[in-house]
Amino acid sequence: MSIKNIFKFSALTIASLMLLSGCQSSDSVTDEVTLIVHDSFPNEEFAVAASEATGLQVKVVTSGGGEELTTTLALTKGAPLADAFYGIDNFFASRLVENDVIVPFVPDNLPERAKEFLFDDQGSMVPVSLGATCINIDKTWFAENSMSEPKTYFDLIDEKYKGLTVLLDPTASTTGGSFYLGTIAEFGPEQALDYWENLIENDARIEQGWSDAYYTHFTAGSPDGTYPIVVSYSSSPAYTINDEGTESQTSALLDTCSSTVEYAGILNGANNTEGAKLLIEYLFSEEFQNTIADTMYVYPVDAEANIPAEWDEFAPLPSNPHDVPASEIGSKRDAWLADLSERIGL
Amino acid sequence: MLKVDRFWWALLALIPALFVFIFFIWPVLSLIFTGITEDGRLEFQSIAQILKRSRTWGVVGQTLLQAFSATALSVLVGIPAAFILYRLQFPGRKALRALLTVPFVLPTVVVAAAFMALYGPGGMLNFLGLDRTFVVLIMALTFFNVTVVMRIVGGFWENLDPRQTEAARMLGASSGQAFLNITLPRLWRPIASAASLVFLFCATSFGVVFVLGGKKYANIETEIYRSTMQLLDLKTSAVLSILQIIIVVLALYFSSRLRRSTSSVSSVTDRVVAFRSKDHLSILLIFIITIALLHALPIYSLISRSFRSTAGDWSFENYLLLFSPPESSPLAQGISGAIWLSLSYALIAMLASVLLGLITVFVVTRKFLSRRVKRGQSVYEYTMMMPLGVSAVTLGLGLLITMHKPFGIGIDLRSTLVLIPIAQTLIALPLVIRTLMPRLQNISQRTKDAGIMLGASPWKVILTIELPLLKNAVAIAAGFAFAASLGEFGAAAFLVRSNDKTLPVIIAQLLSHQDPMSHNMGIAAAVLLGAITASVMVAAESLSLKSKVGWVAW
Repeated sequence: MSIKNIFKFSALTIASLMLLSGCQSSDSVTDEVTLIVHDSFPNEEFAVAASEATGLQVKVVTSGGGEELTTTLALTKGAPLADAFYGIDNFFASRLVENDVIVPFVPDNLPERAKEFLFDDQGSMVPVSLGATCINIDKTWFAENSMSEPKTYFDLIDEKYKGLTVLLDPTASTTGGSFYLGTIAEFGPEQALDYWENLIENDARIEQGWSDAYYTHFTAGSPDGTYPIVVSYSSSPAYTINDEGTESQTSALLDTCSSTVEYAGILNGANNTEGAKLLIEYLFSEEFQNTIADTMYVYPVDAEANIPAEWDEFAPLPSNPHDVPASEIGSKRDAWLADLSERIGL
Repeated sequence: MLKVDRFWWALLALIPALFVFIFFIWPVLSLIFTGITEDGRLEFQSIAQILKRSRTWGVVGQTLLQAFSATALSVLVGIPAAFILYRLQFPGRKALRALLTVPFVLPTVVVAAAFMALYGPGGMLNFLGLDRTFVVLIMALTFFNVTVVMRIVGGFWENLDPRQTEAARMLGASSGQAFLNITLPRLWRPIASAASLVFLFCATSFGVVFVLGGKKYANIETEIYRSTMQLLDLKTSAVLSILQIIIVVLALYFSSRLRRSTSSVSSVTDRVVAFRSKDHLSILLIFIITIALLHALPIYSLISRSFRSTAGDWSFENYLLLFSPPESSPLAQGISGAIWLSLSYALIAMLASVLLGLITVFVVTRKFLSRRVKRGQSVYEYTMMMPLGVSAVTLGLGLLITMHKPFGIGIDLRSTLVLIPIAQTLIALPLVIRTLMPRLQNISQRTKDAGIMLGASPWKVILTIELPLLKNAVAIAAGFAFAASLGEFGAAAFLVRSNDKTLPVIIAQLLSHQDPMSHNMGIAAAVLLGAITASVMVAAESLSLKSKVGWVAW
């Protein structure tokens, strides 16, 4: 390649890059509104349906998983990547309020159940969907080994179930963090540390991410798995149902659950705040709430909305979750995590 | 060189420099600056406090220990591999070379999971008792990097004049002696080049260390991730980023010292030797055993799992589902769109990084009399290598805070797609530089002087002597850059996307999905990514083979 050609080529590359970026941007349109979401959101379907319902031009962008999204939103304060967000869960939600990333807004069509899970009295964020982290067990394994199934937190530290549990590092995974919150709600912050120490003494294995725990070590998640007890979600048993649909290989221990709430809200400095409000309202519409369970594997916050029939039977929400109030999570989370880290050497 | 030339070289040098400055240095420094300042003032106290924590230094020590160990192991395994695959003549060696590129692009989370499954409870190698040890972590890091050593050293070795070694053998030296005394010293430069790359890769490794290392074996990279994402503690992240940059600069400095201590060696084009069992049996055995343990077993377990249906029997189900996903799957359309998108991004990144890399190596290898210019050249080279050694979290988030309507242009670059191939180019650039550099430096000054004596201008020497001699290395570098871009899941993961998801993004999403069927599809997609890479590499190998026809042996 001659030097001249190199120059020509680089000019061409730069020009095409600029062209490419030019094609993508169209933020001069005022009725355009952008929603930023986490990984498991049906971007395209949502954009089409929401555009139709609101009369706006709805765009959906994705930024990493839940943890990444919180950090991204906090860092881009003032020049937000979108007008509204959805998918920040209660473990990290307080970060957005502390960092002044949000404009409070509560839509009129808020469903009854959503009122129980509001982030605060100002209406900083509104709950769109719900879930729970619970201990899951492989029922087949316990049947094959003629053992009775564990039921409670205490069973997990019982000698009988020694070396059978996989947990998640609460300092590395929000799912693990949520389960830790459950133990704090049940035992109190101090006793929770003792409880975790007992878990470790009972040979619980701690993994960093949910998929490593579930798909590598859980007997119902991997052919080579050796642990029949794992931290997972209340909805997980819906994915281990047999072909006939009569039974699930796993079940969630509903006495070991902690709620997860996914919030939506409007971003400070949004280009189109009015549009963002319409978008938030749409998130509570019957149309959208009805799709939540099928597409995102969490429960719609509207108790009236559709959920798959098998969820009622195999994956119900816990009736008495062990929850810590959102405000308390915000003020104590980091200290609780540090305490646990120190106690059990995570 | 003439003053006029200096001007033109400086101008040319600006192109890669501007690219790296705008899309790397500026974003990274902005994020670090945000972390260590409060209202525009440096926060000396909190910086000092972070530096006093034993955790900080533990993480730094762990990073160095891991990077050194994995680099040493990669070189030890990579040299026999380079010999077998680039020096010996046997059927299928090109295919085998291409196959050995696959580990380099496999998503780190998938590989980490495969190692964990292999050595963990219930795994085939659990009896070794290596579960959750430093050893498994080092093996997993080595898994990715043997390719780097093999390709860079092999590409050089292939063209090494074998006559000296043959003479030594004839004079009675054993093959081992001949290797240690004759061949190894001459391979020093590409080995040092490859080793410095591997060191940077390992020092900034995220996925493997996160999954297999946990908190105990955390490195700077995973600690930056943890403090940024879990604690939103930008101060600690910034201090760790600075420490990381210091390590990278030191690593680059020492590696350039190592490389400089050798002189150029004569080379010929493509001299391979036939397999002789007397001489080559032991090295072949070493190659087979190491590759089997390190690469074949984890890949085998991945592939076999990708062919298991959710019900547990053997089938193509996971692959078929990728192309026509069920409605419940997080994959909206089939995976072919993502494949094309990934391929085209990788192609753009490959072209851009080869172009910028070529300019860089020519700028760096020009001989100037002035000391200051010489020093400037080394600084320049280090700067271009930096993107490989700096945290993907820092770069990704740095791009997010700087690319909102940069330089007064009215475009929010963050929500455009250009940043993804740009991030990939940044990662591929150091690979290109390190692949081209040893070859370019090895072109003897006498050859170039001869050209000049015969009246050729310095530019003409580049065009008629240096570039043609680099052809083969450019092919290797391009393949490398392509593979690295295809598998890149670092900084790009933190950027904003619309619907267009690349293959690594989709794989990550499928793997962590609640539905076991989706998880299995994710494993199949990872195998598919490996297969695509291997076929692209086979194609590139055969292309570079053809381009050699008509070459003059030196």
